[in-house]
Amino acid sequence: MSELRDLYQEVILDHGRRPRNFKVLDGANRKAEGYNPLCGDRFTVYLEVEDGVVKSASFQGSGCAISTASASMMTEMVKGRTEQGAQALFHTFHEMVAPGAATPSGQPKVDLGKLAVFTGVTEYPTRVKCATLAWHTLNSAIEAPGATVSTE
Amino acid sequence: MRGTTEAINLVAFSFGNRFVGAGDEIVISVLEHHSNIVPWQMLCERSGAHLRVIPMNDAGELRLDVYQEMLNPRVKLVAVNHVSNALGTINPVVEITRLAHQVGAKVLLDGAQAAPHLRVDVQAIGCDFYALSGHKLFGPTGSGILWGRSELLDAMPPYQGGGDMIRSVTFEKSTYADLPAKFEAGTPDIGCGIGFGAAIDYLESIDFDAASAWEMDLLRYATVRLSEVPGVKLVGTAAQKASVVSFLLDGIHPHDIGTILDSEGIAIRTGHHCAQPVMERFGIPATARASLAFYNTPAEIDTLVRGLAKVRELFG
Repeated sequence: MSELRDLYQEVILDHGRRPRNFKVLDGANRKAEGYNPLCGDRFTVYLEVEDGVVKSASFQGSGCAISTASASMMTEMVKGRTEQGAQALFHTFHEMVAPGAATPSGQPKVDLGKLAVFTGVTEYPTRVKCATLAWHTLNSAIEAPGATVSTE
Repeated sequence: MRGTTEAINLVAFSFGNRFVGAGDEIVISVLEHHSNIVPWQMLCERSGAHLRVIPMNDAGELRLDVYQEMLNPRVKLVAVNHVSNALGTINPVVEITRLAHQVGAKVLLDGAQAAPHLRVDVQAIGCDFYALSGHKLFGPTGSGILWGRSELLDAMPPYQGGGDMIRSVTFEKSTYADLPAKFEAGTPDIGCGIGFGAAIDYLESIDFDAASAWEMDLLRYATVRLSEVPGVKLVGTAAQKASVVSFLLDGIHPHDIGTILDSEGIAIRTGHHCAQPVMERFGIPATARASLAFYNTPAEIDTLVRGLAKVRELFG
């Protein structure tokens, strides 16, 4: 159970059970859909961006505890950041859960704060896509709003 | 063949291009694996044929009454699985084949999930094509079989052109080799074929009827034990089933169930099982699926059930 507890930390279980900002966002001006065709997880991420700053973020959809918790905590963590700041968080998070995966060079590393609870995912390669689905979707909402992003 | 997928694609391409035209119909079922859906959609797109889908009831059994009404002389092929990989339903393939032949349609059976669990007698079934995969028969991945009636295979054009599938080649005209070489262009994965042969030899050496009976005992035991777990809902409760149990547990996502069970030494499959229309029919994104083979034991089912208690403890 100890390794499992590294993966399913209490914070993750909590956000998986009771996801925050799980709604359509009134006033959203950025939106993207994310889909993992191998497992069927599907999220829509909504952002309200004003003067390059994420004022608010939310999501809807269905997925496992890992992907739901990751989406939930992401919506909390990106609030108040600039679009570039949110993307830097995405890249740093991605590097943590999938070390060695292709990360665009020149991306600044940022403090992950409570997102560090997802570090246990690195021991479960099949769950990396669960943890990153919402983040890929967020990145798409910033770079190409309206698009559907796939983890494959 | 590289597997059931390539076998079905061969028939969709070769039989389809020769015998299926605009306005014709292909009948499949809602229970199909994606590999018995997409090749037919692609055939319909290029030929102008229409795809028809046999529905199922809430137990996961095909609606033969609806199927009968769908059959007409425009139907050129009926392609269904022998056993559903997602639910374990054993389809009444003898009856399905008999009805199809009454309107002149040919029948392809996807036997990927059936071959490991049932004695398959293509002559007794009466079907025209039967496809299966080596890795479901304890053989290597990337191996498979397409069985077809020789008169049909003879009448079908080659699937791929190249070496080994020819009799002679000139720039004016090439002629093709006899079966089965006509459908085997290029150097095959020889080692894979030898490995698959060894797996089949092994299966022929065991008492397959005893193995099937053991699997049925395991299915009954797993069905009873899983039904006793609070929050478990079985998906697919057909009267005729192979030893496959698909289930849900409370609102817990099957991927989370799979990870916990994995840590207990129990390997199950989680997800949509490459059968998204089945999931859609039941209004669910995914299931957890225990697929039992003759090497499994009741004690392992007990471990599975104990694992589910841990899942509920963690996520409850």
